[in-house]
Amino acid sequence: MRDPDTDWILPLSTFVLALSLSVVPLPEMVAAFRPDWVPLVMIYWAIVTPERFGLLTAMWLGLAADTLSGSLLGQHALAMLVVGYLCLRFHLRIRVFPVWQMSMSVFFMLAIYEFALFWIDGVAGRTVPYVERWAPVITGVLLWPLILGTLDRIRQDNKARV
Amino acid sequence: MNVPGGIDGGRAAVPLGLRFLLLVIFSLLLMFVDNRDDHLSRLRQIFSVAVYPIQITVSLPFKAWQMASVSLSDRVSLLDQNTQLRNEQLHHRVRLQRMSALEAENIRLRAMLDSSPRVADRVLVAEILAVDLDPYRQRFSINRGLGDGVYVGQALLDANGIAGQIAGVDTFTSEAILISDADHAVPVSVNRNGLRTIAVGTGDSRRLSLPYLTNSADIESGDLLVSSGLGGVFPSGYPVGQVVEVRRQPGQLFAEVIAEPAAELDRDREVLLVWTAEDIKQSTETTGLAEAEQ
Repeated sequence: MRDPDTDWILPLSTFVLALSLSVVPLPEMVAAFRPDWVPLVMIYWAIVTPERFGLLTAMWLGLAADTLSGSLLGQHALAMLVVGYLCLRFHLRIRVFPVWQMSMSVFFMLAIYEFALFWIDGVAGRTVPYVERWAPVITGVLLWPLILGTLDRIRQDNKARV
Repeated sequence: MNVPGGIDGGRAAVPLGLRFLLLVIFSLLLMFVDNRDDHLSRLRQIFSVAVYPIQITVSLPFKAWQMASVSLSDRVSLLDQNTQLRNEQLHHRVRLQRMSALEAENIRLRAMLDSSPRVADRVLVAEILAVDLDPYRQRFSINRGLGDGVYVGQALLDANGIAGQIAGVDTFTSEAILISDADHAVPVSVNRNGLRTIAVGTGDSRRLSLPYLTNSADIESGDLLVSSGLGGVFPSGYPVGQVVEVRRQPGQLFAEVIAEPAAELDRDREVLLVWTAEDIKQSTETTGLAEAEQ
């Protein structure tokens, strides 16, 4: 019998799925609006099970994203660390927020995430566009209720089955 | 936080803030080293092996689609395509006959002038992995890596012209930077009169910019730009693009020249990796080359 709270399969598969979705080719028109799947999924797991997914998970995911996207090694890792820290620090509060308030917190975390990436690009002297950077924050927030609902549902089902 | 059985259970003794600080310092260090030198390429290669399955999985549906479109297309259209390709091949053969004579003549003339031609000697077809890297940079991954003898700075062509060069080599894959990337520049010469300049990427895959031409430079719309071979990265004489717009403003020192890349940068599925004769001479002992020989 598997205990859903120590089960590794679901979180791991969501992480792999998020990483895949972050590199799936999209038409040029919508590519700028690709949501930040990796931090979104990370935020979910860090809020609901902070004792299992912490800063190290965030950093590994960030390094994987760095390798996949060919960015500076450590760039996504740093941005993910900041998001992970905020999640762990405030998870008790965020967990009991209503959905719209939760989405606001996610909005701020994604904005900080994008800002960290943007800032590192600038410091490292890579040419970066300006306005399109913020599109993923919007799409990410719009997707948040969906991600929250789906993952909560799957976890409830798992619990019921055990 | 100290839940028995949780993986963070043992580590919770270190306060969260301190752990955060240490990891941040670690990643800053990582970035610093990665930005300055090439020391981290080993580490990158190890990581790239770990994420390779993801890259493969992501590009699988596109491969399946291609295969399906071949196996499901009907006989008539395949026959049509076959005839068309045959005609095309015949056409190319005729041109090649003339080409070999011209090449021999060219080498003889260059020998007289005592200059060594930089001719592309061997090519290897590489497939572009259907993986989107950063949408703001003109880059992609290809399915050839260290094992195939790929090296950083290697030229990349497609059927129509120069596409880009290799920016990073991993174990199974490599990252290519396209000539249209805003951080990339190709030394070119105008085919009509040999005028040398540099074509800089704009970040738009249908536009190159030629910012270093004066107002009086002899360039006009429709001119073909070929690689000049200066800089030693690209073999000389391959088409880079065609000038589509020349704007001369009396107040400015330099003309605004826009060219369209010859390579179909946004539609390619396959590209050619090029080894020049000198590369092969330099690395005859490299074992990976034997595999790439086909």
